[in-house]
Amino acid sequence: MSDSKEHSHDTHAAVTTDAASHDAHNMHFGLYWGIGGVLIALTGVTVWLSYFDFGSRERNIVIAMLVATFKVSLVGAIFMHLKGEKPTIWRFLYFTAFFVTGLFLLTALHWVDPIFGTQHNLH
Amino acid sequence: MQIPHEVTARPDTGLYNAKLGIWLFLASEVMLFGGLFSGYIFLRLGAEPGYWPHGLLNVPVGTFNTAVLILSSVTVVLAWASLKMRQFSRYKLYMGITILCGILFLVVKLAYEYPQKFTHFGVFIKKDALGKYEQYLGNQHLAALKLDPRVEISGHLLDAPKGSHYEKVAQENAEHFRHLLHEGGAEHGEHGEAPIVTTDDPNDYVIQLDPANANPTDPANERPSFWAKPQTMKTAVVQAADIDGPHPSMYIPRHSPYFAVYFTITGLHGLHVLGGVLIFIYFWGPGTELYRRNPEHFTNRIEVVGLFWHFVDLVWIFVFPLFYLL
Repeated sequence: MSDSKEHSHDTHAAVTTDAASHDAHNMHFGLYWGIGGVLIALTGVTVWLSYFDFGSRERNIVIAMLVATFKVSLVGAIFMHLKGEKPTIWRFLYFTAFFVTGLFLLTALHWVDPIFGTQHNLH
Repeated sequence: MQIPHEVTARPDTGLYNAKLGIWLFLASEVMLFGGLFSGYIFLRLGAEPGYWPHGLLNVPVGTFNTAVLILSSVTVVLAWASLKMRQFSRYKLYMGITILCGILFLVVKLAYEYPQKFTHFGVFIKKDALGKYEQYLGNQHLAALKLDPRVEISGHLLDAPKGSHYEKVAQENAEHFRHLLHEGGAEHGEHGEAPIVTTDDPNDYVIQLDPANANPTDPANERPSFWAKPQTMKTAVVQAADIDGPHPSMYIPRHSPYFAVYFTITGLHGLHVLGGVLIFIYFWGPGTELYRRNPEHFTNRIEVVGLFWHFVDLVWIFVFPLFYLL
């Protein structure tokens, strides 16, 4: 593709994007501020929940992680535009999720095959 | 020569080059932080009861920094949306706010939170010597309530063994402490017994106690509190022979597994914030030249750096509860 052809294509694309999505992006301003407000409110909720005793420390951790996961989902879906993102990106994410889960499971292996000399062995 | 799909999307993937690249990079970042969080889980689950601190960090400050990062995530996506609408001055405004938020986050971390840790001292007491320090640990009281034992005595170091790394810092702290005692009229014991500031024994540590050690049976100290409590004017003398571990230290990475993983993860996260801020400054200043040549190309750049910034925010969303609250 020649330089001029690519440039003309870009300019055209920019102009069409401009015209078509101006209103849509303007509308998103409210959405972005709204999601930001929800995220800050959920931060307050996380702090508030941390002072409650849900029966055990493990339960407190699970509840806090659930709130954090919900917050992360909002950031991903709205701010990072994963909602409606291209399949290629999602394929990257599936692979990443697979490998990072494997990484965490490797750590969990120490429950069945403890590393000699760690404090954990003493339990 | 123009590189294909630098600005426009490739028809089959629907992505331009940089967007494909940043998502691959973010995937590697997930693995990097995943490894560190995995280490966090390993250390935390392996810690014996009492050895993983709770409520040590300043929650209001952490909450404030979380809100600052969330605000910056909002403004960076607004900066990108402004460019999509070709509103350049609006972009400059939102990007400027994002930069300020990033700098504010780093200032709070580096000028307030970290220095507080570097000047805070704590020693873990050997298991067979815990009873000797019961008045500072309150373990019988905690055992009755079925709470984890307290195994650390912490606060400001007032006296360190001769020749120790902290001897000079301790002398300065002691001088300041004596000044406070003098102001409060407690140096001669008017308000009860005057606290010990220094000892003649070259192997002793003297610590100006944190509230939990000063009043270990106070119900207010049984669980972490939202607001940080002020340092008390009570002190404790701890003998070097009773200390667990060869190198008693301030709250630095070698102090404990908690601080090792805290500084590693928050330090690496801080480097990401710094990197993001530097890129933002470039695209707020000299980098805007690209906008005049090719606005869509510039908009894409901001989308990509914005994705990186959201990831930095996303990591912090997990860091905050794991280190500050739980």
